[in-house]
Amino acid sequence: MTSTSTLSRRGTGGIGPVAISAVVVAGICVLPLLVILATATESGLGVAAQQVFRPRVGELLGNTVSLVLVTTTACVVVGVGAAWLVERTELPAARWWRLALVAPLAVPAFVNAYAWVSLRPSLTGLGGAALITTLSYTPFVFLPVAALLRGLDSRWEDSARSLGLGAWGTFAKIVLPQVRPALLGGALLVALHLLAEFGVLAMLRFPTFTTAILDQYEAAFDTTAGSVLATVLMVLTALVLTGERFARGRVSLARIGSGVRVQPQRVPLGRWAGPAIVGLTTWVLLSLGVPLYAVGHWLGAGGTPILSPALLGALSSTVGLALTAGVLTTVAAFPVALLLHRRRTLLTESIERITYFASSLPGVVVALALVTVAIRWIGPLYQTPFLLVIAYAILFIPRAMVSIRAALAQAPGGLLEAARSLGDSPWRATRRVLLPLIAPGLLSGFAMVFLATCVELTATLLLAPTGTTTLATGFWAASDSLDYGVAAPYALMMILVSAPLTWLLLSNSTKDTR
Amino acid sequence: MKRRHLPAVVAVAALALAACGSGDSATGEAPLDPSKLTIYSAQHANLVDAWVKGFTADTGIQVQVRQGKDSSMGNQLVAEGDKTQADVFLTENSPAMTVVQNAGLLSPVEQSTLDQVSQQYRPSSGEWVGIAARSTVLIYNPSKISEADLPASMLDLADPKWKGKWGAAPSGADFQAIVSGVLQAEGADRTETWLKGLKENAKVYQNNIATMKAVNAGEVPMGIMYHYYWYRDQALTKEGSANTKLHYFKGEDVGAFVSVSAGGVLKASTKQADAQKFLAWVTSAKGQEALVSSKSMEYAVGDGVASDPALPPLDSLQAPSIDPFTLDGPEVIKLMTAAGIL
Repeated sequence: MTSTSTLSRRGTGGIGPVAISAVVVAGICVLPLLVILATATESGLGVAAQQVFRPRVGELLGNTVSLVLVTTTACVVVGVGAAWLVERTELPAARWWRLALVAPLAVPAFVNAYAWVSLRPSLTGLGGAALITTLSYTPFVFLPVAALLRGLDSRWEDSARSLGLGAWGTFAKIVLPQVRPALLGGALLVALHLLAEFGVLAMLRFPTFTTAILDQYEAAFDTTAGSVLATVLMVLTALVLTGERFARGRVSLARIGSGVRVQPQRVPLGRWAGPAIVGLTTWVLLSLGVPLYAVGHWLGAGGTPILSPALLGALSSTVGLALTAGVLTTVAAFPVALLLHRRRTLLTESIERITYFASSLPGVVVALALVTVAIRWIGPLYQTPFLLVIAYAILFIPRAMVSIRAALAQAPGGLLEAARSLGDSPWRATRRVLLPLIAPGLLSGFAMVFLATCVELTATLLLAPTGTTTLATGFWAASDSLDYGVAAPYALMMILVSAPLTWLLLSNSTKDTR
Repeated sequence: MKRRHLPAVVAVAALALAACGSGDSATGEAPLDPSKLTIYSAQHANLVDAWVKGFTADTGIQVQVRQGKDSSMGNQLVAEGDKTQADVFLTENSPAMTVVQNAGLLSPVEQSTLDQVSQQYRPSSGEWVGIAARSTVLIYNPSKISEADLPASMLDLADPKWKGKWGAAPSGADFQAIVSGVLQAEGADRTETWLKGLKENAKVYQNNIATMKAVNAGEVPMGIMYHYYWYRDQALTKEGSANTKLHYFKGEDVGAFVSVSAGGVLKASTKQADAQKFLAWVTSAKGQEALVSSKSMEYAVGDGVASDPALPPLDSLQAPSIDPFTLDGPEVIKLMTAAGIL
């Protein structure tokens, strides 16, 4: 790290182009938040309060909160349990189980809901919504917890056991506290996804803030009433983020200094092997088997050709949008990542927080804000792909940032320094030395954004120019009229597109511990 | 980032580029062609296709269609104002057209076109014209409820007796048009009471088709929807309606409300003559027959054109007489929001 910091000090003498671009990007990210607050309160706080304190909002709040509580708890229980089985027991074929438990990420949640509803139409309400979202989101907990369990130093566990603590006691007192950051991070992701979820809940007829905002928009084009609901949703998002920060606390079980990490012993399952395998098999069948079976079933039953002109049109629109969004988002994330990498100041801290919070906001909030901006102030942008791509960039910028920052952290700083001392301008040095060094990070960031864009539904429904159909909206139009056969090819395409992302995530998390 | 990820990433990017190269445009839809007549349509795509094909074959005028939904498209036209690229607007229900008319964005429709349509299917203002019609119906599942037990009026569905017994899709423009009929016929107070009953009693579905299929599956005994979804399904596979029947309230009940699909010409259009020609063609005998043969199962509104023989004649439905121009969409949304439905 020392080498990079010497490079930085010279690179940021005063407010350079990097800082300016980073501030601009952060400004754009924070725009939705400001617009929503301004629109919600434009008729006065009294009117806004009236719109907040009405029975419907109470009902939506009850639904949203209970769904978040039920699903997050279920995801944590299943995710941690499965991670422990896979990483710390003598479960046969652990590698394959790991893959099978992460693979549901390749099935977008609304495709999973479509699969279940098409086979069991009576699946509705909180029960159905909690079931589908738990099946779809458990990998968010499983993935980080499994990665952490795999890398744990087992010395504390050995000490605990040698001091007389039982297997369960050791798990509760030693292992759980250590995986807490990963567990909370996963739970946070689940909760944020639930607040943003539209497709699953619309299909299962379980109204939450997100579905109600879209209803209001569809019905009345009314961005004020929608903005009031969106404000409540933003408050919920902020609460979830703060809650996670508090719960995380200060865990200090890290190993200090060098020394040999002790590879953990795998626990023999004994007579529990049977139930464990049955349990995991059931889970994989429900979370992966059902959607794949349903999509296959409807592909066969639909009788429509898979590669219809409509599907190809949607595919090309989707790819076009996703390419543009991928490039734009990566370019926008670059200066922010560079600035954050160089030095920690009040400015960089605030920029980091702002982009993080803005990107945690549900897609519907960001989209609603951009619609408002376009309709009221910059009319020509309304109904343009440009606006949609901006929404994607705001929503997905953290995905690009993570990759770029990881790459920056690994890039040796001395090389850039050498280029500068040999007379290269900062820009030339960046272009010739830094960019090639972090190119894989940029590419991986681009890929993350590209793939996320391909299956984005909520913001696309609001912002796609009339006549533009993406894979997600084409799928939605068909499954909304319960044309399951017509929807199936779109579902298949989205699964195929998402598969590489899943693989990327899995190999990233297995790599971390090597 | 480890180097071994690079191949995967490059593969994804290459695949993406290849897929992109096969499409015509990188940003989705090709931009509108200013030389063609542009139609913003919220009507069902197969019906509009039939009209466009017939019109172009007869007149040689090239047409392009932008597909959308009633409410958002109507409001989009208001947002676009005089900068719109639309020449013609077609809706599923008239309230969306009224929004555009109230913003002063429509040109009057030629008298000869208006004359092709029966008086009750065009507004008194003459600023737009009816192009099709759809009737409110009560769909029911005879194995769950017998015809004799059905409510006498749609307003009765607010009675506690029907709690959980009926379904509807109140977030859609179709149902909101029905509510606007209730508002027009019964006034704000009674509409409010009825909506409160709906909130208590109705199972909420995402659209008419979902309502129909729920009744068909016996999830709920009855549903309020438009007639043509049922007739279309009956004409095809009956997959979503085999176990159901339709009940018409008749007797000028609000539940016999007939919603008018509207066509209008935008004032901002630079192709006024062609746009008027399009409406004239759609409402002509030929255009209305194209509607019938498209099997959209919506009612024809052209004078002297018979609708699909499977449908009970439009004038036998005893619909309440309501000037479609007086339907107040925004007020309906307010009432529905106040009732906690939206």
